[in-house]
Amino acid sequence: MNKTAHTPLFHVSRRAPLPWYGAWAIRGGALLLALIVCAFVTTLVTGLNPLSVYGTIFQGSFGSARRAWVLFQNLAILLCVSLAVTPAFRMRFWNIGGEGQMLLGGLAAAACMILLGDRLPNWLLIVVTVVSSIAAGAIWGAIPAVFKAKWNTNETLFTLMMNYIAIQLVAYFIIVWEVPKGAGKIGIINQSTEAGWLPMLGSYKYLLNILVVAVICALMYVYLNYTKHGYEIAVVGESERTARYIGIKVERVIVRTMLLSGAVCGVAGMLLVAGTDHTLTTTITGGRGFTAVMVSWLAKFDPLWMIFTSFLIVFMERGASQISTDFGLSSSFADILTGVILFFIIGSEFFITYRLNLRHTGKEAD
Amino acid sequence: MDNRIPAVENKTPAVEMRNITKAFGGKVVANDKVWLDIYRGEILALLGENGSGKTTLMNMLSGIYFPDEGEISIDGREVVIRSPKDAFSLGIGMIHQHFKLVDVLTAAENIVLGLEGKLDLKAASERIRAICDAYGFQVDPNQKIYDMSVSQKQTVEIVKVLYRGADILILDEPTAVLTPQETEKLFSVLRTMRDDGKAIVIITHKMHEVIALSDRVAILRRGQFIGDMRTADTNAREMTNMMVGRPVTLNIERPDPVDPKPRIEVKDLTVRSADGILKLDGVSFVANAGEILGVAGISGCGQKELLESIAGLQSVESGSICYIEDDGSRDELIGKDPLAIANMGVSLSFVPEDRLGMGLVGSMDLAGNMMLRSYRRGHSVFADRRAPRELAEHVVEELEVVTPGVLTPVSRLSGGNVQKVLVGREIASSPTVLLTAYAVRGLDINASYTIYDLINRQKKNGVAVVYVGEDLDVLLELCDRILVLCGGKVSGIVPGRGANKHDVGLMMTQLGGTAHE
Repeated sequence: MNKTAHTPLFHVSRRAPLPWYGAWAIRGGALLLALIVCAFVTTLVTGLNPLSVYGTIFQGSFGSARRAWVLFQNLAILLCVSLAVTPAFRMRFWNIGGEGQMLLGGLAAAACMILLGDRLPNWLLIVVTVVSSIAAGAIWGAIPAVFKAKWNTNETLFTLMMNYIAIQLVAYFIIVWEVPKGAGKIGIINQSTEAGWLPMLGSYKYLLNILVVAVICALMYVYLNYTKHGYEIAVVGESERTARYIGIKVERVIVRTMLLSGAVCGVAGMLLVAGTDHTLTTTITGGRGFTAVMVSWLAKFDPLWMIFTSFLIVFMERGASQISTDFGLSSSFADILTGVILFFIIGSEFFITYRLNLRHTGKEAD
Repeated sequence: MDNRIPAVENKTPAVEMRNITKAFGGKVVANDKVWLDIYRGEILALLGENGSGKTTLMNMLSGIYFPDEGEISIDGREVVIRSPKDAFSLGIGMIHQHFKLVDVLTAAENIVLGLEGKLDLKAASERIRAICDAYGFQVDPNQKIYDMSVSQKQTVEIVKVLYRGADILILDEPTAVLTPQETEKLFSVLRTMRDDGKAIVIITHKMHEVIALSDRVAILRRGQFIGDMRTADTNAREMTNMMVGRPVTLNIERPDPVDPKPRIEVKDLTVRSADGILKLDGVSFVANAGEILGVAGISGCGQKELLESIAGLQSVESGSICYIEDDGSRDELIGKDPLAIANMGVSLSFVPEDRLGMGLVGSMDLAGNMMLRSYRRGHSVFADRRAPRELAEHVVEELEVVTPGVLTPVSRLSGGNVQKVLVGREIASSPTVLLTAYAVRGLDINASYTIYDLINRQKKNGVAVVYVGEDLDVLLELCDRILVLCGGKVSGIVPGRGANKHDVGLMMTQLGGTAHE
């Protein structure tokens, strides 16, 4: 028998931990490869010059000051939701109810603005709005947590279902508060008085949101990595039995963490309603509650990494809408490109941990 | 290859492993140019400390890992083993330490699982019976796995391998979970298989088993092949010295109890599992400070429930567990969780059986695991990370834990080192009660003696030690008194000094045994 025919073409082995620049070289290489593959796909499918498509994608994000602000606004909201679901994820509690928790936060904000708009001084109204949005998101997040803690229900299904309830609730109140009657939408809330609108910092509409999320990001990083609570979350996530063995009240940690997770989602919803959009629709979240799941995973639940991963997603989204207008391409085409890039970035993690040993050669293939 | 013995009377080896090298993560070389011959009609004991690469080597033979370098020949023909399936087609079968059986299926279903061809359970059962008759196994092909004892499950694993036509059998620590009687039965089966011309490799840490069972021993140390020799030509001391690489003593110390006085008093403790099965039935005993109380019993006889009841992790049906302070005041422990017990000021340490699943967090580093006991300290919302890190460094140094550093996840460490980390943490809180479950399971001689030594030091410090063990020889050498459990009841409490292994073995299988009626 021929030996070479029998030896596997390659086998996989774990590599020694790479120095940081080695890992980054692999990630960078993956990104480069992704761009090359995307270029081929672009040329093959559309016949366009890939470089001009890339240029347009970049233009879509940074082409003007306004576009850059929109990019950072979207980045901030996505990052906020991603940060919100992360403590739950670290606890291995799959909160895919970010959509619902955001919507409830937004609904609470809209309710305060509409119902209390002319009854409270503006500063108090804003405080009440903020507090009730946080509370609404927290409660919406805590409901599945209580059921999980008490009866071990499946949190994935539960949080997912809670999204639909939230959408229906919002749809209901939109009809209740619709302006004008029969319009089926709320329109801009308190357009004349701007009551309950979050203040604008200078002349920058989005700056406040961005700063708030930056602070949340830093706090979340510290909370997860340096506090006793953060440590308990990690232990419960890794092994409930170890947590009980050490005397951690697992049920309490689950509920507490989901209160936090829901609360930050509520903040994201509030930032959208009171901060920038000043209205409420059932689609105001734009699917970010789900995108956040991916952002959080891609960043391996590290808040600082999430800045980068959410940037990547938002950057590609903005680019997508730009190429669809400039080239008349379907925006799905940009999704294809995003898919290719994600494939390479996620795939590169494999090569950071493992190496391929090719047959007969000691060389590694990255 | 100076210390290789001449091939067993010019027979061709069934397996020749040549220059086998396997590295994990670059730095850790699990096997370094290992040579090993395995012969038919012979039982080979593969010896080595934890992390010396025994299991890795055998995993390459059974197709789980692929060697980085080296050749493997079967019956003189060079082969490439890419998967367990390849290994089976070459007649190689491995029985792992952790059984790989589907609980809800029957023995026969498990045995034919994954085989190609038409599913004919009746014919399979016939063949299983034939195999059992040939070697003296007792397996009911129609019994569900969840109804089986550990030893029955192991038998199913062995039959599964034989059913697939294996004639080169590898057993990874097969006796770790067996009683002395079950071990004896397994050994007689293995001898029958050897006489039938099969090649058998057994990985074990227990020297008396090596001597009782094997024909030849091969020794690995730190991934390297050290030598092999006929078992008849060597002795436990020589083998241990070769494994460790320096002379070691093999006596377990048993200092006299230090000022023994009652510390934990258990009265009429009755515990049911979540599905209503009686696990402990009216158990009463006293654990004294400054003394080691051994707990013997067939596995699953209530040892786990007993320790977990004391540690506050098990809900108890009735009875009482009293903690007695030095001044004689008594506190009831039942109904309190571990946190409440700690808040009472009772320093209770527990080394559970499931080290990575309960005692430690596998994915966390050493320092993070040290934090489990200490993170609550202080009023700050921030957890102190420095003290645990220093403790981790201290434990690594003191107990000679082999690790790349205190920032390595504990799941990457070998079994012995994992246990050292766990025991090191548990005794660092200077406990007054130390509960240990199978503290040396899977540990090599050197690590085991480190653990015995640590436990003895706790005893000398006046700690009440409860030592649940499975190796009767060790229990008899180490413990001051031995509580024997049988089916959740106390079969008797015997003094460790002068106890007879046979009597204790009997007490494990029938209440009161015969000697203590």
